[in-house]
Amino acid sequence: MSVELINGIYIVAAILFIFGLKQMSSPATAVRGNLFSAVGMLLAIVVTLASREIIEYQWIAAAVVVGAIVGALAAQKVAMTSMPEMVALFNGSGGVASLFVGWAALYNSGNTTFTIVTILLSILIGGMTFSGSIIAWGKLSEVMTSRAIVFGAQRVVNALLLVALIYCGVMFAMDPVLDSPYFYAVIVLSLVFGVMAVIPIGGADMPVVISLLNSYSGLAACAAGFAIHNNILIVAGSLVGAAGIILTNIMCKAMNRSLANVLFSGFGAVKTATKVEGEVKPINTEDAYLILEAASSVTFVPGYGMAVAQAQHVVRELGELLEENGAEVTYAIHPVAGRMPGHMNVLLAEANVPYDQLVEMEDINPRIDNIDVAVVIGANDVVNPAAREDENSPIYGMPIINVDQARTVFVLKRSMASGFSGVDNPLFFGENTRMLFGDAKESISSVIGEFKG
Amino acid sequence: MEAVFLGFVLMLSIFLGFELISKVPATLHTPLMSGANAISGITLVGALTSAGAGLSEWATWLGALAVFFATINVVGGYMVTDRMLSMFKKKEGPAGDKS
Repeated sequence: MSVELINGIYIVAAILFIFGLKQMSSPATAVRGNLFSAVGMLLAIVVTLASREIIEYQWIAAAVVVGAIVGALAAQKVAMTSMPEMVALFNGSGGVASLFVGWAALYNSGNTTFTIVTILLSILIGGMTFSGSIIAWGKLSEVMTSRAIVFGAQRVVNALLLVALIYCGVMFAMDPVLDSPYFYAVIVLSLVFGVMAVIPIGGADMPVVISLLNSYSGLAACAAGFAIHNNILIVAGSLVGAAGIILTNIMCKAMNRSLANVLFSGFGAVKTATKVEGEVKPINTEDAYLILEAASSVTFVPGYGMAVAQAQHVVRELGELLEENGAEVTYAIHPVAGRMPGHMNVLLAEANVPYDQLVEMEDINPRIDNIDVAVVIGANDVVNPAAREDENSPIYGMPIINVDQARTVFVLKRSMASGFSGVDNPLFFGENTRMLFGDAKESISSVIGEFKG
Repeated sequence: MEAVFLGFVLMLSIFLGFELISKVPATLHTPLMSGANAISGITLVGALTSAGAGLSEWATWLGALAVFFATINVVGGYMVTDRMLSMFKKKEGPAGDKS
């Protein structure tokens, strides 16, 4: 196939990607959008295989078959609760693929200095994405501690790493011979840099890291596209890069922190919040039932704790019972609830909650004082009024779902421990707050039992 | 000159990306991310060229490894996105729909 024809079909593929992303703007059309995007990908792959440049197929066939099996199995088997880990691993595999593409491009003859620089960039970004994603995966799956790992000379070490990277990169670009020690140094340093970039980030900030790594995996593909002069890689890579940056930005805004603050300061290291004291008012499931039964509007506010307790299905069941009882039921989701953007929405969708009942923070807050009961399940920081009132709180300024302004608040909680960021929550001592202690799933099940009984 | 041309493509795609993605509702951010992730598997196209061009034995190996990882990205990414998106349903049944 001629180069012109191949590039023509790449344009079609790019249009399909763009159109696919456009369809993602509504849950009703998103499935089709994803399909468009997949067709675009298939087209791009098929025409590439048909190009004259490719002369041997045996390795390609083997790698495609094995890769497809691994990918398909992973996609089928993964539980929705572990989606953040899965996406982290996928990001990593995209990154390492770009690293290898950049590396292999070194063997093309007649590389200009510009190309050498882009090869180095694809190795740097790809390598960082890979090792960073592996660390992110380790933190998310709790193979390693999910807390921020901070040590004294961290900034010095990072600065030295960066200097070494630039030095080796420049040395290699000036004399780009194969098997140059500088080149291998760049690979190793990139991997180390990825590790160093992710370890100081604490568990609660994981949504930011996942989004950022997502962006990097796109930028790595983009750099690889420059390295091998391929337009479709640049277009698709930068679309992904932009997507990741937007999500990162949304996550940062939702935590009222700058990206630099997330990346460089371990959250939870500072703990100066005013200690709140007061009396909690526990409630039993029977009384909870009576209040819910009388409520005409109920909103559920889920957090990562709901995923841990696997309570999404019983939550949906309770929601349906309340609706049958004549109450208006919504699910209010904070942008950083869960371990990745939109995580809670997927879990609730899996439990068959219709998506028109999922509402965003901005939609629920103006009408929260008309809500009879707000049920907080496994969320803590995202409903912590200290973010609004206590200037000493580490989360001060973070936008929250103002459940404390609802008529009644139920907080489902295992016990009186503080949340992920170690912040005390004055919500628990609120006048209108009732604490329902115990496992969230069991508590809700027994409330359902009351409804049915 | 080619660098400039590729730079143009880069600039326009980034702006287009910003426009498109900012319209995606928060509800779909997880599938958006895995879908975008699948698109970043486009590096597979580059990997295929490296693996099949017969440049040198080592380059072929690198290319084949890249093909392997990028295929995981593409196949896994699209499938898991589809799995997630098919779970998002509107309220069913016109009867009993009071709200």
